[in-house]
Amino acid sequence: MEFVSPEGLRLDGRRPMEMRQIRGEVGAVSKADGSAIFEMGNTKVIAAVYGPREVQNRGQQMSDQALVRCEYSMANFSTGDRMRKPKGDRRSIEISLVIRQTMEACIMTHLMPRSQIDIFVQVLQADGGTRSACINAATLALADAGIPMRDLVTSCSAGYLNSTPLLDLNYIEDSAGGPDVTVGILSKLDKVTLLQMDAKLPMDIFENVMQLAVEGCKAIANYIREVLLENTKQLEHRRGI
Amino acid sequence: MGFVLSSFAFLLNKTLLTSLKRRITVYLQVLNFLISLSIDYFFFVKDREMREFQLKLNENQKNRLENALKQIQVLSTKTNSSASASVIVADTIPVNHEDGVLKGHGTSDLDGEVVATLCGVVERVNKLVYVRTLRARYKPEIGDIVVGRVIEIVPKRWRIEINFSQDAVLMLSSMNMPDGIQRRRTAVDELNMRSIFEENDVICAEVRGFQHDGSLHLQARSQKYGKLERGQLLTIPPYLVKRRKQHFHHLEQYGIDLILGCNGFIWVGEHVEVRDAMIEDQENKPDQQINMSDRSLMSIEEQERTFTPLETRQIICRIANAVRVVSSLGFNLTVEQIIDIVEMSISLNLEIHEMLGAEFYVQIAEREVERRSSSGKRK
Repeated sequence: MEFVSPEGLRLDGRRPMEMRQIRGEVGAVSKADGSAIFEMGNTKVIAAVYGPREVQNRGQQMSDQALVRCEYSMANFSTGDRMRKPKGDRRSIEISLVIRQTMEACIMTHLMPRSQIDIFVQVLQADGGTRSACINAATLALADAGIPMRDLVTSCSAGYLNSTPLLDLNYIEDSAGGPDVTVGILSKLDKVTLLQMDAKLPMDIFENVMQLAVEGCKAIANYIREVLLENTKQLEHRRGI
Repeated sequence: MGFVLSSFAFLLNKTLLTSLKRRITVYLQVLNFLISLSIDYFFFVKDREMREFQLKLNENQKNRLENALKQIQVLSTKTNSSASASVIVADTIPVNHEDGVLKGHGTSDLDGEVVATLCGVVERVNKLVYVRTLRARYKPEIGDIVVGRVIEIVPKRWRIEINFSQDAVLMLSSMNMPDGIQRRRTAVDELNMRSIFEENDVICAEVRGFQHDGSLHLQARSQKYGKLERGQLLTIPPYLVKRRKQHFHHLEQYGIDLILGCNGFIWVGEHVEVRDAMIEDQENKPDQQINMSDRSLMSIEEQERTFTPLETRQIICRIANAVRVVSSLGFNLTVEQIIDIVEMSISLNLEIHEMLGAEFYVQIAEREVERRSSSGKRK
């Protein structure tokens, strides 16, 4: 199948190096300590953060650092065909783990000993790249909850189809079976916290694809910074003296 | 299966494209029709502006609200420059390294630079540089007055939820006994702990400090602390409560006690007379003994004493709604302001539930603009 037309356009009309429209919004869940909505094109994800709070299961309490938990789920209505999946299927367990590890790398857990932080992410609309969208939403929500972090983690995916590196794959491109590289970076520290690829790719091409994904991450980081700064300023203005 | 689905979607796309032109014209017609009807378009206020509840604002109200908020922004940039010192995670905080820098909360070191680890406002005190967070959980300081809820009773202590990253502990020994006598706590006292506070009771106490093991301890060594009854508990973001000399407020005109807990828990309740321990001791001794012996059999007199009149309950709701409106607008919470809003709602003859409506919400925003601009001029 042709994923990049001879004119250099992708199925949804983007250029290969082009990202989908992104939108982030802080404060979507009223009862949570921090929450956010993040959209990448048609992919829409909501994240809620509770904590740091008392550890629910005493056995898991750690006296020197906080416990980070994460739960990823897909809403039944998020995909084209309405599927009733069991809650703990393998895919969502795996993604929960990935998100938890990525976020744990940036949260300064040693500042909140004997407590736990719960991150809940739910996919409202799935159109490829839910993993990256979830990480971006979780970052926004954690920052909103006032949890100390080393840096903002942002994530973006890139693929390689029709011998062209493509940024930010959508569902059709994602399910084409080509390589899909999901990268999560700490933009300020310039460190990679997440790198996933479930296909084979020659070294030199992989370098290019990953570089493209990193560029995407940086663009998202800039956007997230804008959203957060705007939000912080607004809160401070409102509060008054 | 994925491939089948994707190819199907692709085909769908192609067929859609052909009929797209026709569709667009239809959509335009519908749109024109809607506009010609001049329907009242209602806008939902975005969540960013208020997390508590969603309001239906009509266009006029929306504009007024936007104006008010814009003015507030202008005013705050004029009066205090602190808003310009907003930082977010991973921002570099400019410091003068020659003077020496002490890094405080919410900062970390990265290649010799001071970097924020939180979203908030940079504060500088002499050499100390720290980031004051907005919207975060409560961070206790010694001497803070907090309102909390009893979660659990464990030997010799109560565990209390105060919106901190862990539960606070109130020891039986750091509590004034109801009989007011200073003495060692016996095993009998320990067994009677439930007669003082039960699970889910709302109480008020003072932060005593962190223990060596890192747990947070509270104390309630005065008659003004203790169980709170006959009122409402509200939770707001703690950054809206400023630390002041007074956190207990007796609103005499209404007969209401208002406690602004530093942890963002606000108590609005019927006024309870704080009696001196000694006087109470002499007066109530026989009374209390009766109480202990047959609690279930309450005399009519007793029932009357625990009854809250309707007017008081209504005023409690009014004050609670005032707090809700102010906190959802994100304004700093002060007693003067709350009284002002309550009086305004009474003078406007508003029902209690109408205080949470769109119109009142916008009015409060506008009033706040006036208040801030007038106080700015006085300076």
